Amino acid sequence: MEGRAGTPGAPRTENRALRTMVPITTLHYLVVAAALFVLGVIGVLTRRNVVIVLMSIELILNAVNLNLVAFSRMWGNLHGQVFAIFITVDAAAEAAVGLGILISFFRNKETINVDEIDLLKW
Amino acid sequence: MFFLNHIWLIPLFPAFGAAMMFFFGRRLQKATVSAVCVGVVVLAFLFACFTVVEYTHFAHGTGRPFEKIVYTWLGSGDGHLNFVKRDGRLASFNADAGFLLDPLSSIWLLFVTGVGMVIHIYSVGYMAHEGGYYRFFGYMNLFMFTMLLLILANNYMLLFVGWEGVGLCSYLLIGFYFHRKSASDAASKAFIVNRIGDAGFILGALALSWYLGSFRFIDINALAHSGHFAIGDPVLTAAALLLFVGACGKSAQIPLYVWLPDAMEGPTPVSALIHAATMVTAGVYMVARSNAVYMLAPTAMKTVAIIGALTAVFAASIALVQNDIKRVLAYSTISQLGYMFLALGVGAFAAGVFHVFTHAFFKALLFLGAGSVIHAMSGEQDMRNMGDLRGRISTTYKTMLIGTLAIAGIPPLAGFFSKDEILWQAWRSAEGSFPYLWLIGFGTALMTAFYMARLIFLTFYGQPRMSHEVEHHVHESPKSMTGPLVVLAIGSVCAGWLGVPASFGGRNVFGKFLEPVFAQDVAASVAPREPAGEENRGLEWTLMVLSVGAAVVGGGWAHHYYAKAGKDYPEPIAVDAPPLYTVLYNKWFVDEAYDYVFTGRRKIGDVRLGAMGAGEASSWFDAKIIDGTVNDVGWVTRAVATLSTWWDKWIIDGLGVNGPAILARMMSYPARLFEWGLVQWYALVMVAGLLGFGVYYVWK
Repeated sequence: MEGRAGTPGAPRTENRALRTMVPITTLHYLVVAAALFVLGVIGVLTRRNVVIVLMSIELILNAVNLNLVAFSRMWGNLHGQVFAIFITVDAAAEAAVGLGILISFFRNKETINVDEIDLLKW
Repeated sequence: MFFLNHIWLIPLFPAFGAAMMFFFGRRLQKATVSAVCVGVVVLAFLFACFTVVEYTHFAHGTGRPFEKIVYTWLGSGDGHLNFVKRDGRLASFNADAGFLLDPLSSIWLLFVTGVGMVIHIYSVGYMAHEGGYYRFFGYMNLFMFTMLLLILANNYMLLFVGWEGVGLCSYLLIGFYFHRKSASDAASKAFIVNRIGDAGFILGALALSWYLGSFRFIDINALAHSGHFAIGDPVLTAAALLLFVGACGKSAQIPLYVWLPDAMEGPTPVSALIHAATMVTAGVYMVARSNAVYMLAPTAMKTVAIIGALTAVFAASIALVQNDIKRVLAYSTISQLGYMFLALGVGAFAAGVFHVFTHAFFKALLFLGAGSVIHAMSGEQDMRNMGDLRGRISTTYKTMLIGTLAIAGIPPLAGFFSKDEILWQAWRSAEGSFPYLWLIGFGTALMTAFYMARLIFLTFYGQPRMSHEVEHHVHESPKSMTGPLVVLAIGSVCAGWLGVPASFGGRNVFGKFLEPVFAQDVAASVAPREPAGEENRGLEWTLMVLSVGAAVVGGGWAHHYYAKAGKDYPEPIAVDAPPLYTVLYNKWFVDEAYDYVFTGRRKIGDVRLGAMGAGEASSWFDAKIIDGTVNDVGWVTRAVATLSTWWDKWIIDGLGVNGPAILARMMSYPARLFEWGLVQWYALVMVAGLLGFGVYYVWK
């Protein structure tokens, strides 16, 4: 992608918008992924609704996925992408199990607020 | 020898009848029941007659016993059931199903089957309108079976089977009207009182066999005559006394006579057959059968004589004032049984047996006559409500008059010969005070004449005292009832002629016949005080005249007081000696005394004695002592348990188990503060930690 964007053979007469385009490097991806990750963490730490917490965990996982895919591109092999697919499957399974626990919990306590889920407290 | 060899069939005839009634009686017609039950007794009687005739040929006047052993019933000959006799030698415990016929059992055999047959025929008429007809005849046949077993047994054990069997039948028949409380009470009383006697009997029989080594009469007789045993041998004396306890129960002697008057609750033919003629003489039979043992035990003989004499006068005195016609006869029976034991006790066994024989006729006659009177009076038994029946039921009257004359001892009827023989023997016997016993017997004869004449006059003479309906209904009994009365009346007249004593020029056939059974005995211990020869004929005649005079005087008195008895006639004893009358009328308060002392039905103050007293005492012992101990032990256990619980709860659980747990909980409190249960807090700490690590490693 980088090669294509900065193709030397491209005419210099391209519009300014094109001229000023910076090639997207791995770092960009990492920044985006870091931002996603921080958003996810904040969500996990601050939201009380377990559904939102689970969604925030999805954000964290996808931030990691983005990292993996970015590094895969950087290295030019597919290891990272394969790993990302694994994590996607894992996230789906985790969502299924988590929602199952959530529903059975709601049936018992009629709440899904995290701060009320404290049965394991000594 | 056919009949002798098949002697065991005699008891089996009535047994068959009883079995028939037991299994099929309910479904049979009354006519069939009568035919079977009377038929088997007639058969038994005929068989018995032929057997006795054959026996007289067999014995040829020697009186040697005929013994037929059918099989070994108890024990065995192979020594498996041995026991050590008192002298240390080994004897085998052995009782056969064996039958013994000698002059003694011949006499019983004949009159039991004969009188039994007559009474069975009488019952056909008497019981015709009663419920439980087959039951009655079944019991009667069962009684005949056991009675025949009793008199034909050749050993004490088989005799005991019959002995218990007649007791059972007596119980069943006294309680025949079982829906009446008084009848079932009387039946229980008879059974229980007899049981006391039976305990004595079985102990006596076992003592004899332990001492002599056999149950068989022949062996015991032979051993007793062998000369090995001294007169007055303590074991034989004890055994004889124990046997006499049994005789007292069965034959209604003091102190066990109380059941017999109550036994009159049964139907009248039962009273006649069982409680007058046959069963109650079983005790006499048993003592006569054991005569060889008794001859070796003068103390026992003396006891028998004294008890017999006392019973005779005691029962006669009660009979003087009783109003129930059957009760008068019941006390008369007890009194006559007393005579028989008096005779046995003074060593005049033949005279005692002779009296049993004649008594069977006239007492059965009197009871059946009383039954006929009761039948005519629509069930009334109280003589105060009778009177003037002689023209209305003349056959009954005539036969009962004969029976009364016979029992009173008017010559030449049966009772005269037998009773006079007893009185004469009592007078002449050697044993010290026996003339006193004669005097008692003499007084009893006077009373007998009085109460029997009183019965006749109150029932058949005077003015009618019954209600109009009853008077209107008076009728003579059917032929099946009057026929037996006539037969027994003939017997009551003639039976005595078998034993006309030598002083009358008679041959005393009866005594001769029995002589072999008792012969050796008279010589053994009871030598006559007065010789019986010619020189004493005058004395014998004097006594005889005296007793006949007593009978006439007694009858005369009764005639004077009762012959014209109207309504509210006065009782002479009640007029002249009211306290005596009260005592006699209440039977000397013996039943009450027994209630106080033996049954405990009545209390003496606050104290209860007797069986119920023992029951209350053991109940008290159980409740207070046994249960008290149990409860105390329980209390101690509970106290210990309380202490132990406290120890367990506070020391073991408190200090040992919960203590460390409490300690652990207290110590862990600071650690638990870190875990407050908010998941996001844990996550924040994790993030902070990670950040901390990151910062540390970046800045390092």
